[in-house]
Order: sequence, then structure tokens, then C-alpha cells
Amino acid sequence: MNMSKIVRSAANLLFPFILVFGFYIVLHGHLTPGGGFQGGAVIATGFVLMFVAYSYDFITGCIGAESLHTTETIGLLLFIVTALVALGFGVTFFTNWMLDVGPVLNNPVAYGPNPGDLNTAGFIPVMNLAVGIEVLGALSVIVLYMLSGTKEEI
Amino acid sequence: MIELVVHAAVLVGLICAALLVIHFRDLLSAAIAFGIFSFLLSLEFYILQAPDVAIAEAGIGAGLTTAIFIVAIRGTRRMEEEVEE
Repeated sequence: MNMSKIVRSAANLLFPFILVFGFYIVLHGHLTPGGGFQGGAVIATGFVLMFVAYSYDFITGCIGAESLHTTETIGLLLFIVTALVALGFGVTFFTNWMLDVGPVLNNPVAYGPNPGDLNTAGFIPVMNLAVGIEVLGALSVIVLYMLSGTKEEI
Repeated sequence: MIELVVHAAVLVGLICAALLVIHFRDLLSAAIAFGIFSFLLSLEFYILQAPDVAIAEAGIGAGLTTAIFIVAIRGTRRMEEEVEE
């Protein structure tokens, strides 16, 4: 069963802002406090807010546990494949290979106090994004399975 | 001076929220009080120069744990019953 209209309206209003803030934390993981896990937890909080506000049937009609499983798997695969590609360049596992290849994520870090540049740090932003996607899927699917056990007549 | 006042207010609020969690018989109110406790704890982490831990505490403690408690209350009873000795 759905929660009251007040809870549903507040959840609808807050959901996009929580998503934007979570992705901000993930993408600025190498510059500011936070990173993949914290940002993924914030995004998962937004999803869980919707899970609590709406009924289980409505949620599974919209998103489904299967797509959350897929999200988690995509995050893990992106993480491990990015680490494995380093072997193709003849260096060790988890070497930051993006520092040597192409202009992407490859700017030199400015000296002294500066606001920070997103286009730095090699594959660390990619790893943060992978961890964020993985944590988002994992924490959401935990609460979704908990919600599937509740009775519907309340 | 202002930092000291804010810090003391957060600490007093932490103790009050923790006492409220024990005091409430209504479990939904206790879950919300626990969410307030987690939020104040993340503020305390931020004051103590640990913004990384503060974000994790705000996301996991105030968001996910409260939601899990609310889901558990939806599956069981809302009011706590007196235990007979």
C-alpha cells in the first residue's frame, strides 16, 4: 500500500535533487570529500525513499529487482575490466594506465591552492563511477527484498 | 566562540535524541528519533574535520537505516508492548 499523499509528494519533490547531489559526490570523488561509496549510498537513499513512499507492487512495476541486479553487475564489471586493461599495456594490474593514453582525464594537476579540475587523475574517476553504480544497485536491492517480505493489508 | 556554542548544542542534541529513542513507546517515533540522532552525529563528524565520514554517516545512518526500520515496522506492529516480568 502507498503511504499518504504528503509523503509521496515530498518523495517526488526530493528524488531528483538527491540523485543530482549523489552523482556530484561520485564525480568529484577525486577532488572533494566523498567518493564512490558515499555517493552511491546517497543515490541509494533517494531510491529507498521512493521504495518507502510507494507500494511494493508499484515499485516492481516501475523498476524491478532484475534491473537493479544488472546495475550492480555492470558496476562490478566496469571496475574489474578497467583494472584488467592495464595488463594489455604491459604494466601491472591496477596501474593507472589512463595517465599515458590520450587526452582524456589527463590534465596535469595545478600547483598550490586551486578549485580543482575534473579532467585529472587518470582512471580514478572511472573507478569512482564504477563503485558508485555498484553500491547504488546493491543497497537498493537489499531494501527492495526487505520490502517484499512485508504484508500488504496494513 | 560560535564554534564552541554550536558544538555544545550538537552534543546536547545527541544526548537528547538518544534518550528519546529509549523513551518512545511508538516505534515509528523511535525510528525518526534515531534518524535525528544519526543526522546530529554526521554534523558532529563534520565539526571534527571528518567530512568523508560525515557524508557516509548521513547517507547510511540517517537515510538507509531509518528506511529499513520503517520497512520493518510496516511488516510488524507499530506499538511496543510492556514486557511481563
